[in-house]
Amino acid sequence: MMSTLQTAASLVYLISAICYVLGVHLMRSPKSARNGNLLSGAGMLLAVIMVTIELIVQGKITAMGWLVLIAGLVLGVLYGVIKARRVEMTAVPQLVSLFNAVGGGAAAAIGIFDYFHMPTGSSLSLVFSIPVLLDIVIGGTTFSGSLIAMGKLAGKISGKPISFPGARICNFIVIIAMVVGAVLIIGFPVTPWYLGLVLLASLIFGLLMTLPIGGADMPVVVSLLNAFTGLAVAFAGFVINNQVLIIAGALVGAAGTILTLQMAEAMHRSVANIIVGGFGAGATGK
Amino acid sequence: MSQQLFTNLAIFILSLLVGFEVMSKIPATLQTPMMSGANAIHGVVVVGAFVIAAEANNVALYILAFLCAFFAAVNVAGGYTLTDRMLHMFDRPKASKNDDGGDK
Repeated sequence: MMSTLQTAASLVYLISAICYVLGVHLMRSPKSARNGNLLSGAGMLLAVIMVTIELIVQGKITAMGWLVLIAGLVLGVLYGVIKARRVEMTAVPQLVSLFNAVGGGAAAAIGIFDYFHMPTGSSLSLVFSIPVLLDIVIGGTTFSGSLIAMGKLAGKISGKPISFPGARICNFIVIIAMVVGAVLIIGFPVTPWYLGLVLLASLIFGLLMTLPIGGADMPVVVSLLNAFTGLAVAFAGFVINNQVLIIAGALVGAAGTILTLQMAEAMHRSVANIIVGGFGAGATGK
Repeated sequence: MSQQLFTNLAIFILSLLVGFEVMSKIPATLQTPMMSGANAIHGVVVVGAFVIAAEANNVALYILAFLCAFFAAVNVAGGYTLTDRMLHMFDRPKASKNDDGGDK
């Protein structure tokens, strides 16, 4: 029974992955774009139905597990759909940024979950700890970075590049903290504080990365963070050994990167100039 | 390197290559919908929320599973709804003159 289920699941996930690729393909032209999005949505529905069947057949999930899962899903779907229906068309980029932030947050939550799921004091294999780290670092960075990008696009945070004395020292400290946390996670037995350090450093890193960038460059930044979230989701796929997450995440990571380059090109800017310009000396050529 | 990691790594790298290839030059009007559409696709992380919810067995893990399910559901449901709404606007006016070939 188990292996029949796994075979069926793998096949269904493969079909849904094909839907995403074809969906992106169709979305490149205005005539077929809407169908492309619907096809990719159909693939998503298929994956969700399959994983629901898996949970029911396996019967491992507790009643409390069902409760939190269904409550989270229902609230999330309601919130997302209402937001998407009501938003003014001029406010679309910041909503995309919000959706991107929560995607990164969800990916990071999977990494955190799996780390906490390990018994404290047990040691991790490299094969497990590296994807967990990448998942949490990238997911945490895009979560906070996208929220700042959203604030800037919505005008809730000043659209001007925000920089402060000692910003570079802060960046340095945060990166050191991240590296130290990473070494502790990879080389030492499971201890929640190590993970907390890495998570906190990643969140601050996202803030420090996005704050110094001007509001006009934000759409490019949102697109870049979107590609990052794709990668975080792919690493979450490594963590839970689920191929549909790996395929879809990597697809978005790569396609999002190309899209980012094209958007920057349309603005006659280079991505490196936008990101490093904010990070570096501060005097961005504008 | 374990068999499982190798398989996953191969899938990851090949999917990256597919992503690079499938994305050719797209018209400027489609850049925002495409960004939103790609954003919706990484909402597949919702599958991960199901998987961890099945493993949860203490309060902290239930909270994480709830957060993950909520975040992922916002991402996936909002993402597809918003993208469809944007693309719906291409339906009514006669589709712009941009060539639909796309592939170069």
